[in-house]
Amino acid sequence: MTDRHPGFSTLAVHAGAQPDPTTGARATPIYQTTSFVFNDADHAASLFGLQAFGNIYTRIGNPTNAVLEERVAALEGGTAALAVASGHAAQVVVFQQLLMPGDEIIAARKLYGGSINQFTHAFKSFGWNVAWADSDDIASFERAVTPHTKAIFIESIANPSGSITDIEAIAAVARKAGVPLIVDNTLATPYLIRPIDHGADIVVHSLTKFLGGHGNSLGGIIVDAGTFDWSKDNKYPMLSDPRPEYHGIKLQETFGNFAFAIACRVLGLRDLGPALSPFNAFMILTGIETLPLRMQKHCENAKAVAEFLAGHPKVAAVNYAGLAGDKYNNLARKYAPKGAGAVFTFSLKDGYDAGVNLVSNLKLFSHLANVGDTRSLVIHPASTTHSQLDDAAKVKSGAAPDVVRLSIGIEDKEDLIADLEQALTA
Amino acid sequence: MNHDAYDDNYIRAILNSVKSIAMVGASPVNVRPSYFAFKYLAQRGYDMIPVNPGHVGKSLLGKPFVASLGDIDRPIDMIDIFRNSSHIMPVVDEALKLSPLPKVIWMQLGARDDAAAEKAEAAGMKVVMNRCPKIEYGRLSSEISWMGVNSRTLSSKRAPIPTQGMRLSLNRMSVGGGETAASDRAAKNKSEP
Repeated sequence: MTDRHPGFSTLAVHAGAQPDPTTGARATPIYQTTSFVFNDADHAASLFGLQAFGNIYTRIGNPTNAVLEERVAALEGGTAALAVASGHAAQVVVFQQLLMPGDEIIAARKLYGGSINQFTHAFKSFGWNVAWADSDDIASFERAVTPHTKAIFIESIANPSGSITDIEAIAAVARKAGVPLIVDNTLATPYLIRPIDHGADIVVHSLTKFLGGHGNSLGGIIVDAGTFDWSKDNKYPMLSDPRPEYHGIKLQETFGNFAFAIACRVLGLRDLGPALSPFNAFMILTGIETLPLRMQKHCENAKAVAEFLAGHPKVAAVNYAGLAGDKYNNLARKYAPKGAGAVFTFSLKDGYDAGVNLVSNLKLFSHLANVGDTRSLVIHPASTTHSQLDDAAKVKSGAAPDVVRLSIGIEDKEDLIADLEQALTA
Repeated sequence: MNHDAYDDNYIRAILNSVKSIAMVGASPVNVRPSYFAFKYLAQRGYDMIPVNPGHVGKSLLGKPFVASLGDIDRPIDMIDIFRNSSHIMPVVDEALKLSPLPKVIWMQLGARDDAAAEKAEAAGMKVVMNRCPKIEYGRLSSEISWMGVNSRTLSSKRAPIPTQGMRLSLNRMSVGGGETAASDRAAKNKSEP
């Protein structure tokens, strides 16, 4: 009998987890321990030398975190994953494997403001340079390629604008340039978009958002698609060359199609240290079990709220790719047929002040700097998440001064619409 | 026989039935992948025989190197070939001269020779190409899951109690899990330029 592939919802519940062999515990136990005993000296040496599979120390790996890693890898269609303390930590760990001082990445301008800050300021101090490109103009990515380019970075659904990125077109640019395409899939989750199916080589997430889904635990993850040949052009010595810290092991040669995830673990996480707490991993895992159900409701509610706002006399514009006639609706139909996500922006005819008033008048929407919670959330990006950008950069990133961002939760949509209605007319 | 994808049961049955494994191209250098695989399989009870004419007179984890398959003094169940694709056929030809005939020809990650596979299968041997027995053992036992690797298995059954500390059993009941189609496609494109 041929092995059949289980569906997404089955993987969301089962992948990576199995009854504990010693206790029979069915839910994944929280292995709240720093360290793991060795069988003997040779076993310890084998583990430290990467010769054996197993646990050493929770900064490098933990059995609870491993369940989360395998589950997200399975949901994304990747070969392996590494969970870390936050989405930002995931990005630092990814780029540490790819970049040397003087190297460059090309990044889409429409990005989460925190990523723009990280790339612009923190990465500069590592000697890593960023060239910005426009996701609506694929040629701008091609023009940005230089001999120093080592990766291209995009968001599948951009934050805050909710616009959909043409992943396949940018993947083609990356392939031609001989560099990996990295996709931040936080706002889509693999339920809506699986970037690896469209040519991504690495997927990163802030697990804090829809995957965890309950606004209670930070986390990040790196998924290895197993598609990129790191040794081909000698551009990625961390993967292709003998590693002095492991007595000369070559990671791609040894670990094949999951070498990037291993590099992130044994070079990145081990040396930089942003380990995920096993308790957070447990909370996020529990969240993922209901991801398909939640995302359906998030998308259904978001569409209803977007339609309500689009018809409201005080609203100037709604940017939601799920709306017929939206600039990104065709891309949404192609990449995210089950729904265009639940984070989007709109602007008010009376501008900035009206936006500030709206936020303060809302009674169910929470005013805070997060997205992807069961609760509906609202924020004014220009004064918060994107406040460090100048006005021109705010507009380019989708966070113009008159824009309000919503993250629609899984409450009853009628209550969300009523709350917006009263706040708009208050 | 489809050599692009193997059923878990096919691989599990091979790893469960073979006892002696001759590793052609085994290296005594302890950071080489062949050394990793040799050690891992030896620790799981397989009778491992290192085959490498360049190291005769030395031994690998206490097992003496032999120069060729013909020099092995006992029946071999499986030949694990740690050579690249262009060196597979001569090893298969040598294997076909052995009596009794080995049950399995296994070509390592990155190695594939369809003509050699066909020849071995015509003689009644099972063939696995472009896989690592260590990774497959780790995957089917779910040990590899500790490294965050997608084992592509799911199970609602309690696995056998681990032996020798952290070693998990191959005899775990599982069904197929999340596929890694993009990676499989990339590997195929690489082998067919």
